[in-house]
Amino acid sequence: MNNTSAGQGELLGDAVSPRGKLRPRSSAASKRWQAVVVTGLVFCALVSVFTTIGIILMLVVESWGFFSDDKIEIWKFLTGTKWTVGQTQGELSYGIWPLLSGTLRITGIAMMLALPMGLVSAIYLSEYASKRTRSLLKPTLEILAGIPTVVLGFFAVKFITPYMLEPLGDFKTFNATSAGIAVGILCIPLVASLAEDALRAVPNRLREGAYGLGANRLEVTLKVVVPAALSGIISAFLLALARAIGETMVVALAAGSTPTLTLDPRMPSQTMTGFIVETFKSESVVPGTLSYFSIYAVAAVLFLSTFGITLVGQIIRMKYREVYD
Amino acid sequence: MSNLASSTRMNQSRSILSNTIAQASTATLETPAENESIAIDITGFNAFYGSFQALHDLNLKIPNQKVTAFIGPSGCGKSTLLKWCNRMNDIVPIARATGSLNVGGRNILTRSTDVVDLRRQVGMVFQKANPFPKSIFDNVAYGVRLHYKTSRSELSDLVEWSLKKAALWDEVKDRLKRSALGLSGGQQQRLCIARAIATGPEILLMDEPCSALDPASTARIEDLIFELREQFTIVIVTHNMQQAARCSDRTAFFFDGKIVEEGATEDVFTRPRKQQTEDYVTGKFG
Repeated sequence: MNNTSAGQGELLGDAVSPRGKLRPRSSAASKRWQAVVVTGLVFCALVSVFTTIGIILMLVVESWGFFSDDKIEIWKFLTGTKWTVGQTQGELSYGIWPLLSGTLRITGIAMMLALPMGLVSAIYLSEYASKRTRSLLKPTLEILAGIPTVVLGFFAVKFITPYMLEPLGDFKTFNATSAGIAVGILCIPLVASLAEDALRAVPNRLREGAYGLGANRLEVTLKVVVPAALSGIISAFLLALARAIGETMVVALAAGSTPTLTLDPRMPSQTMTGFIVETFKSESVVPGTLSYFSIYAVAAVLFLSTFGITLVGQIIRMKYREVYD
Repeated sequence: MSNLASSTRMNQSRSILSNTIAQASTATLETPAENESIAIDITGFNAFYGSFQALHDLNLKIPNQKVTAFIGPSGCGKSTLLKWCNRMNDIVPIARATGSLNVGGRNILTRSTDVVDLRRQVGMVFQKANPFPKSIFDNVAYGVRLHYKTSRSELSDLVEWSLKKAALWDEVKDRLKRSALGLSGGQQQRLCIARAIATGPEILLMDEPCSALDPASTARIEDLIFELREQFTIVIVTHNMQQAARCSDRTAFFFDGKIVEEGATEDVFTRPRKQQTEDYVTGKFG
């Protein structure tokens, strides 16, 4: 390489470009560096794959410890309506439904709050707000997203329950509604931000087309932009749903530690995540006991629900996504 | 259509007055023949984006049921003028305009203009086909549903009529319920034309409707424009000189925010009165 440059230099005389004096980079070193980078990238990508596999294996193995116990029938686990695992006295009941229904109840309340609020905020931010308003509102939403969940948990216990709910009726100190509202608040920025991304990804020429036909802003938004962004909006909803199901700190603090099977939102309502925290923290849990293994059985159900939702989300994305070039 | 014609007649006296003014201010302006009615009458029109003036004191009469082409180099303001004709510039916050732009005898630049109804009367077809991610049927029905209450059969008759007018019916009649995004680029653009004419406009504005299409699709759209002329007033912005020559009756040549020359297409292309026009249409610049 060096020789060629020099040769050209002589040949061209004064007309040679200053580039001729530069030393070429070693291509061998460059190739070695490339190999290092690629190995690093592959390693990082594989870490998450192996972590996932590891967690699934752990759940399967340890849940087996629960279901293989002589006292346990899987049928009763899946259909039973009473959960007393971890309690020292009384008959052993291990029906998942009180915990599962607790999760569903709180998630339901949270979604009733977060989905409409999040979507409306997203529509406002993407279609209506001026640049200035958006530059104020977006950071506010991001601050809301950054509030530690433990803070939201005691906000629920110390503010939402006594000042917002107790004047309305006979709410228990720890109840499903309060926890549901706090989880909902937690999910609003997530829905808003993801749905806004989906709305803003709708190309402007669709909006122009609708305006050109005489649509007003509301008609453009509701009949063109939102339908065009629907798959993204649904993904946002499902992510928020998975987030709410998996939320732990708020429900551990605000929802109480009594597994109940009731539709009454004023009652305490232990969730699957709440039970796992509670049991893990209690000193009575010794590895190898039924309560210990029950944590994994519940965790497996939890994992399967969020996994199912993520899967549905992926299918919806692939099936309904409109690709705009 | 009759609506527009009658209101134009009612404003005849004002038009004559503005004709005189127009002739006085722009020597190059050649008004269309006396017996032609005017669809869009532009007088002393200026357009701005913020403090930048995009169009300077334009005077132009666009005749009814003719194809008028706007030609000129990029950035000369022809699209800006087109977008003011149905107030599409309203969605650009910094855009404003002065002067008068009469459509159907009313100055549409006034605050009291019903923009929704204006856009029903003045349809628009865009540079890149922009079908909504809905079925073919729903795309054509979209504008109709915005403006009219229709029964199911009225609506499907209207959709069929529009698709036939846009020369697309035979290709899509068996798949009206399928997504419009599955159509080819040329079909999508004809669908957008069908969508625009379904609301019953008198005027169709086309902003470089063929610039994203292959020559075969372009030819189909040009044929279509030629046919639609019998029923609609068409204004087309184009960068393609041959296209302007092929499918327009009148041509306005824009340069640097001004109309340099306007007249019958044949005259503009074969006997231009200005050197600048000749240079542009013969390809010496632009």
